[in-house]
Amino acid sequence: MMNFSGKSVYKGIAMGKVLLLDKGGEQVKRTHIDDIEAEKKRLEEAIENGKSQLQQLYEKAVKEVGEASAAIFEVHQMMMEDEDYLDAIHNMIESEQINAEFAVAQTGDNFSDMFAAMDDEYMRARSADIKDISNRIVDNLLGKAGMSGDSMEPSIIVADDLSPSETVQMDKEKILAFVTVHGSTNSHTAILARMMNIPALIGVPMNLEEIHSGMVAIVDGVNGEVIFEPDQETCLTAMNKIKDQEEQRLLLESLKGQETITKGGRKIHLYANIGSVSDVGYVLENDAEGIGLFRSEFLYLGRDDFPTEEEQFNAYKTVAQTMGNKKVIIRTLDIGADKQVDYFNLPKEENPAMGYRAIRICLTQTDIFKTQLRALFRAAVYGNISIMYPMIISVNEVRKIKAVVAEVEKELKELGIDYKIPEQGIMIETPAAVLMGDDLAKEVDFFSIGTNDLTQYTLAIDRQNNTLDAFFDSHHPAILKMIQMVVESAHKAGIWAGICGELGADPELTEKFVEMGVDELSVSPSMVLKLRKMIRDMSTTTPDFGR
Amino acid sequence: MKSFDYVITDEVGIHARPAGLLVKEAKKYASKITIKKGEKGAEATKLMALMGLGVKKDDTVTVEVAGDDEDQAVEAIQAFFQQNF
Repeated sequence: MMNFSGKSVYKGIAMGKVLLLDKGGEQVKRTHIDDIEAEKKRLEEAIENGKSQLQQLYEKAVKEVGEASAAIFEVHQMMMEDEDYLDAIHNMIESEQINAEFAVAQTGDNFSDMFAAMDDEYMRARSADIKDISNRIVDNLLGKAGMSGDSMEPSIIVADDLSPSETVQMDKEKILAFVTVHGSTNSHTAILARMMNIPALIGVPMNLEEIHSGMVAIVDGVNGEVIFEPDQETCLTAMNKIKDQEEQRLLLESLKGQETITKGGRKIHLYANIGSVSDVGYVLENDAEGIGLFRSEFLYLGRDDFPTEEEQFNAYKTVAQTMGNKKVIIRTLDIGADKQVDYFNLPKEENPAMGYRAIRICLTQTDIFKTQLRALFRAAVYGNISIMYPMIISVNEVRKIKAVVAEVEKELKELGIDYKIPEQGIMIETPAAVLMGDDLAKEVDFFSIGTNDLTQYTLAIDRQNNTLDAFFDSHHPAILKMIQMVVESAHKAGIWAGICGELGADPELTEKFVEMGVDELSVSPSMVLKLRKMIRDMSTTTPDFGR
Repeated sequence: MKSFDYVITDEVGIHARPAGLLVKEAKKYASKITIKKGEKGAEATKLMALMGLGVKKDDTVTVEVAGDDEDQAVEAIQAFFQQNF
């Protein structure tokens, strides 16, 4: 039995087999072989299998994320056919009489080192592709199942770290839990785990060399613990906990269709945050009353060029139609800072979190902004869409936005295109916006507090830096005071105020927020029913703000 | 032997995907097609070598085509460069 503690990002329990995602760190053993031809034949088969796996991945990706993002798998296939690469492997097998695994790993390292040494950033990044294809061939030679096959059984994913794209690539149905050595509680992987109701532990000080795929493990998100190769007694305890968890889940299920209202009669609008069209399923499954934050930048990530107006229009329209008359609040583009996209050609910045991002890009490169607004106004005809603008610091910015909105409206009108100008609000996520709340409230239809950025700017703590987690206090009184100020500013001007950051899902603060007069909470879909239960158990009588 | 010079206008230069397409195109011809950037050269049928040239925007490359079908090949490769790089 091996126990490790880590930081839990979703309080659930899971038990199952480990799938170790090793990014090339594993040492391939060098062995002497006698039959060179047989070894070459093994290599041949491993490569053929690799190519057909990549073809399958390519087809899957085309369906799920589109041609442009899927192209990487096509490139991987081509790399596997590269003459120099194949010649180098064959030469090693022949001249040194060594096993194919070692020849592939060694050649992969040599080629990827060559790319890593280039002075071009794009080409340096290709060294990872070469490692990737080499690992795939080695895995095939060793008979290891990758993440790609449909045959994968539901597993506990163990890795050094996971990038957002890796997390996205996985089949969500087959992930029991995430356990990583690195990562921060605010990383995208953590956010994704919360959204998918998947137990996840990060910052786990485990030695990956002692862990193998196929080991049984228990991930206990409640105690922040992972146990590898548990004994029978521990397994039994875990199974009981899983049973309790299931019962709790069923209890929450019974809250579906119920109103989110305190015993004292105060109604809260309980919405969900989503990052892609496919997440709408989670929203409906968890019975959220609307979408309080649709992160539109996911339409821009993981591709080579800007999404067209039609692509955006279709995505917004699909969500709006699926949600029927429920509110769908779409946040305009929030690229920059930790979300970088190559084709935006954003300059490197010393301090990207405080740099050229979000509304600052939109108000500078207005053509990008106008395309998105046109798509939004057209989609607004099909449902209950609201628009929200991120990273606002001044009234002047809101006026500039209004000028762009007016231009777009004029163009649509002249072209005779069907459109609707929906309700428009702003994110309150800078201390400046909090302090200017009274003035901003007169200009917009609603406020939505983005607690992640508001906290990082107020406390001057970088949320991507996990060494600062010890200094980070999400319950800092300064933040709570700011939220109170925002709610007061909003109500004074007769508009509503909500919270769409991670803090909105913090059960320890829910009652406080309700008492402060917060009108709307938008949280991960998986938190919706838990919060509904908490709110229904409260006695708060603060009058419901008329909306 | 035929040859032509070409100035790369694509933002990221000869990057992975179009390089892969170039390999496919080059394999259609019997001629030996070489892409040269300064001292370095790579056969157009070798993806990693091509990428290893590190050809960037505004770089000038020389394309040399030698073989029985060099007339058709040089024409096709030139058109390919104009379309993709």
